[in-house]
Amino acid sequence: MSRAVSTQTKFGWTIAAWLVALLIFFPILYTIITSFKTETEAIAGFDLIPSGTLQSYAEVEAQNSYFKFFVNSVILSVGSTLLALIVAIPAAWSMAFAPTNRTKDILMWMLSTKMMPAAAVLVPIYLLFRDAGLLDSRVGLTLMLMLINLPIVIWMLYTYFREIPGEILEASRMDGASLWNEIVYVLTPMAVPGIASTMLLNIILAWNEAFWTLRLTTTNAAPLTAFIASFSSPQGLFWAKLSAASTLAIAPILIMGWFSQRQLVRGLTFGAVK
Amino acid sequence: MGKIALRNVHKSFGATTIIPDINLDIEDGEFVVFVGPSGCGKSTLLRLIAGLEDLTSGTIQIDGRDVTSEAPAKRKLAMVFQSYALYPHMTVAKNIAFPLKMAGEKPEVIEKKVQEAARVLNLTNYLERRPGQLSGGQRQRVAIGRAIVRQPTAFLFDEPLSNLDAALRGTMRLEISELHHQLATTMIYVTHDQVEAMTMADKIVVLNAGNIEQVGSPLDLYHSPRNLFVAGFIGSPKMNLVSGEIASTMGAETIGVRPEHIAVSTTEGKWRGTVGVAEHLGADTFIHVKTDLAGLMTVRTSGDMPVHHGDTIFLTPDASRIHRFGADGSALAH
Repeated sequence: MSRAVSTQTKFGWTIAAWLVALLIFFPILYTIITSFKTETEAIAGFDLIPSGTLQSYAEVEAQNSYFKFFVNSVILSVGSTLLALIVAIPAAWSMAFAPTNRTKDILMWMLSTKMMPAAAVLVPIYLLFRDAGLLDSRVGLTLMLMLINLPIVIWMLYTYFREIPGEILEASRMDGASLWNEIVYVLTPMAVPGIASTMLLNIILAWNEAFWTLRLTTTNAAPLTAFIASFSSPQGLFWAKLSAASTLAIAPILIMGWFSQRQLVRGLTFGAVK
Repeated sequence: MGKIALRNVHKSFGATTIIPDINLDIEDGEFVVFVGPSGCGKSTLLRLIAGLEDLTSGTIQIDGRDVTSEAPAKRKLAMVFQSYALYPHMTVAKNIAFPLKMAGEKPEVIEKKVQEAARVLNLTNYLERRPGQLSGGQRQRVAIGRAIVRQPTAFLFDEPLSNLDAALRGTMRLEISELHHQLATTMIYVTHDQVEAMTMADKIVVLNAGNIEQVGSPLDLYHSPRNLFVAGFIGSPKMNLVSGEIASTMGAETIGVRPEHIAVSTTEGKWRGTVGVAEHLGADTFIHVKTDLAGLMTVRTSGDMPVHHGDTIFLTPDASRIHRFGADGSALAH
């Protein structure tokens, strides 16, 4: 039985939800507003109405080519996500459909690597990258981002695959499908919604990753996180310019997130309710 | 050809033995039903034949060829699952075509065979639909269609009708039997429903705790159950089993008499009793009688039998139809 909810209560909750959402979104909004101000306006104090100048954007672009960083961000986030899927799909398949009594431990162990503070392994990873000649290379950073997000990708796919009835895969085996055909023709198409939302989430995570991307790159492989950072430290007081850089950096992912919000929400709540 | 032989088949999951040791021969073209209570190992046995589970020891032969370590795909068997296990992302046509596609058939051959299967199963109008848009009976037909297109050596059915309602179950039962006559291919059918077993099988294999209790034709099992388990399992309503003094006077530990082999009278008879519940089905009446000597008995009598709760009646078992069982539960010779 559904509980009776009065119109007033509904109204109240809607207002509250909007307020919370606005509170969470406000820093981003204010960044965008500030990016359309002049530097003088930006430091003048709180003001929601910008003068609408594009001066900061022009200066930012003149000072540091946005496009190069953008391309790097795309290569790193999409590349690391695709690489992670190639590794994670077979891994999640075997854990979901051919589990051993150690599968649960392995899953926990993989997740536990996410609990380790990244700073703790900075020095060894840096030295490894230096010796392998991977510093400031797109290949190296793609690998790094793939590895740090792999546990989440495997976990998400594992959860999705577990929802697929094993009998359907057995049916495909009876129908003469090899292991490869089973994954290509039956499992993957059935898991498309799950794989899609895993992909989206992972692209966002990789796009926003700012610890390793800042420390393992200088110029050649630097993504948009480095683009923002390049405006923060030496010119910390130029708020408008910094805001313009930040807006440029988050705009692509914000737009992508907006269009794929349905898949994302499904991905994040999958398995919670049946 | 579809001759299947199981030799010393043994299956354990860890320390739990599901099937201790089974030997069984299934002849070409036979309709064999594995029947037994839940957890008796009948589905496991089917999955072992299918190749979906590995044997712990023993061998399985199909047409004389040892397939024990072959993958399911290589065994040329087709299986219909309890949940139908259709591919939800494919249309009916693609579902039926899938095994042919996997076998590398040419598109025009696939098209022809799919049309033919759809015609046989009355699915022609549904070929472009997806499984989600079909009713339970139609889904079941698609699953069967997917099984028949490949012309397998044998069909395996794992409780295929248990998700259908009673009326549809009756229809599908007939359709599967009809299909068996048309194709004359070996079929192995797993069910816990002894009515399905009795009505469809050429040969019934009664399983209990992983062991074969008896193998025989439906009427063999009905007339000459080898032990108490088979006696109690086959037949509906169940055989009445009586132990104690009545049994020992007949030189047995337990005697069994089927509900339809007991005569009912309101005036005289061997066992006096009181009617508990009388189930009037129209053609038949099942009377549950509490007798003084033999305990609770179920009797099957004609539909117009005018008995009601609390009536006193007399029961007389047909002496020639009494089954006698020894202390170990096995049947004694007449």
